[in-house]
Amino acid sequence: MAATSHTGNGQFPDAGTPVQFTRDEELTAYREMLLIRRFEEKAGQLYGMGFIGGFCHLYIGQEAVVVGMQMAIKPGDQVITTYRDHGHMLATGMDAKGVMAELTGRSGGYSRGKGGSMHMFSKEKNFYGGHGIVGANVPLGAGLAFANKYRGNDNVCLTYFGDGAANQGQVYEAFNMAKLWHLPVIFIIENNRYAMGTAIERAAATTDFSRRGASFDIPGEQVDGMDVRAVRAAGERAVKRARAGEGPCILEMLTYRYRGHSMSDPAKYRTREEVERVREERDPIERVRRRMLEAGMIKEDELKKIDGEIRSIVNAAAEFAQNDPEPDASELWTDVLLPA
Amino acid sequence: MPTMSMIEAIRDAHDVMMARDDNVVVFGEDVGYFGGVFRCTRGLQQKYGRNRCFDTPINESGIVGTAIGMAAYGLRPCVEIQFADYMYPAYDQLVSEAARLRHRSANDFSAPITVRMPTGGGIFGAQTHSQSPEALFTHVCGLKTVVPSNPYDAKGLLISAIETDDPVIFLEPKRLYNGPFDGHHERPVVPWSKHPLSEVPEGYYTVPLGVASVRRPGAALTVLAYGTMVYVAEAAAAETGIDAEIIDLRTLLPLDTDTIVASVEKTRRCVIVHEATRTSGFGAELSATVQELCFYHLEAPIVRVTGWDTPYPHAQEWAYFPGPQRVGEAFRRVMEA
Ligand SMILES: Cc1ncc(C[n+]2csc(CCOP(=O)(O)OP(=O)(O)O)c2C)c(N)n1
Ligand SMILES: [Mg+2]
Repeated sequence: MAATSHTGNGQFPDAGTPVQFTRDEELTAYREMLLIRRFEEKAGQLYGMGFIGGFCHLYIGQEAVVVGMQMAIKPGDQVITTYRDHGHMLATGMDAKGVMAELTGRSGGYSRGKGGSMHMFSKEKNFYGGHGIVGANVPLGAGLAFANKYRGNDNVCLTYFGDGAANQGQVYEAFNMAKLWHLPVIFIIENNRYAMGTAIERAAATTDFSRRGASFDIPGEQVDGMDVRAVRAAGERAVKRARAGEGPCILEMLTYRYRGHSMSDPAKYRTREEVERVREERDPIERVRRRMLEAGMIKEDELKKIDGEIRSIVNAAAEFAQNDPEPDASELWTDVLLPA
Repeated sequence: MPTMSMIEAIRDAHDVMMARDDNVVVFGEDVGYFGGVFRCTRGLQQKYGRNRCFDTPINESGIVGTAIGMAAYGLRPCVEIQFADYMYPAYDQLVSEAARLRHRSANDFSAPITVRMPTGGGIFGAQTHSQSPEALFTHVCGLKTVVPSNPYDAKGLLISAIETDDPVIFLEPKRLYNGPFDGHHERPVVPWSKHPLSEVPEGYYTVPLGVASVRRPGAALTVLAYGTMVYVAEAAAAETGIDAEIIDLRTLLPLDTDTIVASVEKTRRCVIVHEATRTSGFGAELSATVQELCFYHLEAPIVRVTGWDTPYPHAQEWAYFPGPQRVGEAFRRVMEA
């Protein structure tokens, strides 16, 4: 891999020489990240109002990871992730209405109310879920990559999981097979420093997750996951390798979630200051905004206009998700097995 | 006597056993520092130190596997799987190792572990946070399976489980953690403090494994239930006015067939209720057992009320959940037969 940087301490790596984005790229990244942020804020509100029940994990703070990676792939490449999946779906271009309506358990949701927040899919967008069981999606990602190789296409599979998931045994089975069979899979470890209430240091013998493939000879890289440009650059390197048949790699995205693990989180495991510091110094959206303004790429009122557009997409999604009917109870029995 | 919620009673059982026996160690995901997502191990790390109550990485197979190794060398691990739905990575360890160690070592070694896990639905948990996998354990010879339904039993049964020299699966109906839930989800939650079985003695006592409890004596029919369904059955009895005898099995394996047979011989009718899916569920075992042992006393076919044979839903949770209405209808059907 062109650039490997093992800072080894899990701190955000020095940006080094940032890969510049064009105005269009900055704007795309900004829009996409803002959509996720506003969508998640709205989901949090709907949860508070009782429209969403059960489990709901927000992606706020981590937006640069999926948006940067999405900018590095092409149509046809697959994406598979965990339960913290709303951002991934929006980034693949899935419709905000369908995602929000799945959160509220309505018939217009992507899984027609059968999946909920953690389980949505889109064949059209090559999005393979949404998986509630920690670690379970990782071998599936290797399998998707196997299918690419088998078909002889040059698609790659982005397989996302968390720092906590990185301790599950089946992740290492997937690593070994991926390397053994030179599969075009990119393992993206979203290291947001916590797995529920457990800080990485308390659960991981080694916290440099980019090196977790070392014994399988899978190259890895730590990436500033709060800088969308760094993410895209690392993504492009990894994707190029994988498309060329050089096999899997690991991208450890150093990132941070601002909200609780799920909607009920007493947040006793970290300080308010810690959250505030990341927000102020590293916010992925604010960084793009400031860059564009400082470079004179855009004016405040243009940004306001974008904000307004995004808000109306999100409001329309919320509106739909509150008014769409619940699925009929007879849907309980459909899609279990095909009728005999 | 102090009243406790089910959570407090379970926490207290750990506390009692950790104080009594140095060999008891407690671990699982978020169990130590945080005290468990449902707070069932709160304060134990502070009290007994990190050597005896600690966090693990997210690796259920590792949790159960290491517990078995510890137990084979004389420790008494009591581990938590955060939700029963997460136990599948550990299932191989439970079946191939824990359940078989005694037999295949011809009694040289055994695995006296307790594996606690919150079970069941009614909390909008959908397919990965609501399952009731008890039949996956009772089908495996070599495991004991316990399902408490109230704070008093939870503490006494957990102490018995930890003291048991064989592996015990301890399924905690999570919808009962904070109060006796009878399936009327539209009504406010009743706290445990209003229920007599929240009176929990201080210190050590046991509720033996393998002994059921008659929770409501009655003459019209026998209900075999456990966990949340005990309260649903009580509500159904109250609402139909049918004089049901409600048996809380408490332990599924070993099963207290004496109590079951005595009741069915008296009432001559039997309804079996569980939240888990129907096909190959524990109700099938209960039904077969009653048929084998009580056939000549039965005046009506045995009826099962269960969750439907579908994954636990996100939308339409209450259409899935076997609530008092469905149970009440079954009572009527059995009485009319
Ligand atoms: C097999 C399994 N074990 C435990 C859980 C409960 N659980 C859900 S998310 C989570 C933490 C995962 O943390 P991480 O992988 O770092 O992802 P993050 O939530 O930070 O995105 C845990 C323990 C689960 N869903 N599945
Ligand atoms: Mg994490």
